[in-house]
Amino acid sequence: MPLDKNGIAQRIAKELEDGYYVNLGIGIPTLVANYIPEGISVEFQSENGILGMGPFPTEAEVDADLINAGKQTITSLPGAAFFDSANSFAMIRGQHVDMTVLGAMEVSEQGDIANWKIPGKMVKGMGGAMDLVASADNIIVAMMHTNREGESKLLKKCTLPLTGVRCVKKVVTNLAVMDIRDGAFVLRELAPGVSIEDVQQATEGTLVIEGDVPVMDL
Amino acid sequence: MIRKVVKDAETAVTGLKDNMTLMLGGFGLCGIPENSIAAIRETGVKGLTCISNNAGVDDFGLGLLLQTQQIKKMISSYVGENDLFEKLMLSGELEVELIPQGTLAERCRAAGAGIPAFYTPAGYGTEVALGKEVRWFKGKPHILEHAFEADFAFVKAWKGDEAGNLIFKGTARNFNPMMAMAGKITVAEVEELVPAGELDPNFIHTPGIFVQRIFEGKAYEKRIEQRTVRQAG
Repeated sequence: MPLDKNGIAQRIAKELEDGYYVNLGIGIPTLVANYIPEGISVEFQSENGILGMGPFPTEAEVDADLINAGKQTITSLPGAAFFDSANSFAMIRGQHVDMTVLGAMEVSEQGDIANWKIPGKMVKGMGGAMDLVASADNIIVAMMHTNREGESKLLKKCTLPLTGVRCVKKVVTNLAVMDIRDGAFVLRELAPGVSIEDVQQATEGTLVIEGDVPVMDL
Repeated sequence: MIRKVVKDAETAVTGLKDNMTLMLGGFGLCGIPENSIAAIRETGVKGLTCISNNAGVDDFGLGLLLQTQQIKKMISSYVGENDLFEKLMLSGELEVELIPQGTLAERCRAAGAGIPAFYTPAGYGTEVALGKEVRWFKGKPHILEHAFEADFAFVKAWKGDEAGNLIFKGTARNFNPMMAMAGKITVAEVEELVPAGELDPNFIHTPGIFVQRIFEGKAYEKRIEQRTVRQAG
């Protein structure tokens, strides 16, 4: 059975390594924080100005001066730091943040990503996404493999306005884990109960299959 | 000591004129200069260009200046939370320039730091890069971005002193320190204004040199956009 959003987050959490500073985007990426593997320590950065972001507050802890980039109320953990937006993006562009997880509407086999604008619809803006994808070395896209119409979101070429070019290295969807290498999606792992044919059928871009493809270990 | 304290928001916006460019601190509704926005609305000035990460919500923050159609143009990174904004934008009554958040922050910082322009990788290969100079450094493409210019910057801090020194709280800091640096006239409103000497110089976030006018704000609402909580215990 394909993964749900929590399953995608759970699989991405396995990419976390001890000592990582991590920036999580809005949507599925946010859920990654619920699945930190035991025995490792990571710190979450939110680009509006906090390192060491903690869980949502209790009603009594709610502080209007403490939010994440999704404008949700949060808490800070021991060892947290607050900083201004220029400093925050210095951390991001300066590659001090070790891993970035974000959602996407489309990803191309070249590693291009589109996730901020649909022509003809209300444009809300790119927020920090362009800065994040242009700079981070370790960018993982978390998304469903196909859109609501059942069309592939893994394409030869993005059709929507781009957020960044040749920047995505790994994609985790409800069907599979893929690396992006030499202009192709390289199939690494399958979701439980999903076949190679299922992934092929849902992938418009070039899909490379090398040897046996293991099932995700969740 | 240089006199910076003004008695209220109304006095702090003296000199504001039609068609000026303003910077306004805040991320969402967190750390916005509530009192100054209300005072700007009262002046009735029109044709404003506002540089601010977001555009408020329908009835709060910069949404209040959208209601009165005092804003001609918004320069922001994300404007998603505002129906009125959408309506004004689609009808052509409001001009909008969307720029990456890190670029927005750095264009403010550069303005205050005497850096006329800089190269950044953000936006290369996207529509943000259209018409901009591209240069490669260390094997990667970058685009040239320019410092902003702003007639006024309106910022909000937690504590401030008579010398204009500011301390921010939590994530309400966000764009406020860079905007404070960048305004030709920077107006700081604070929750608590204290005499010089009461704030420990070791813990000042924005040194007073960047602040021209300071006042203690009143009746902060500090509205929360997404109130998310967990169960206690």
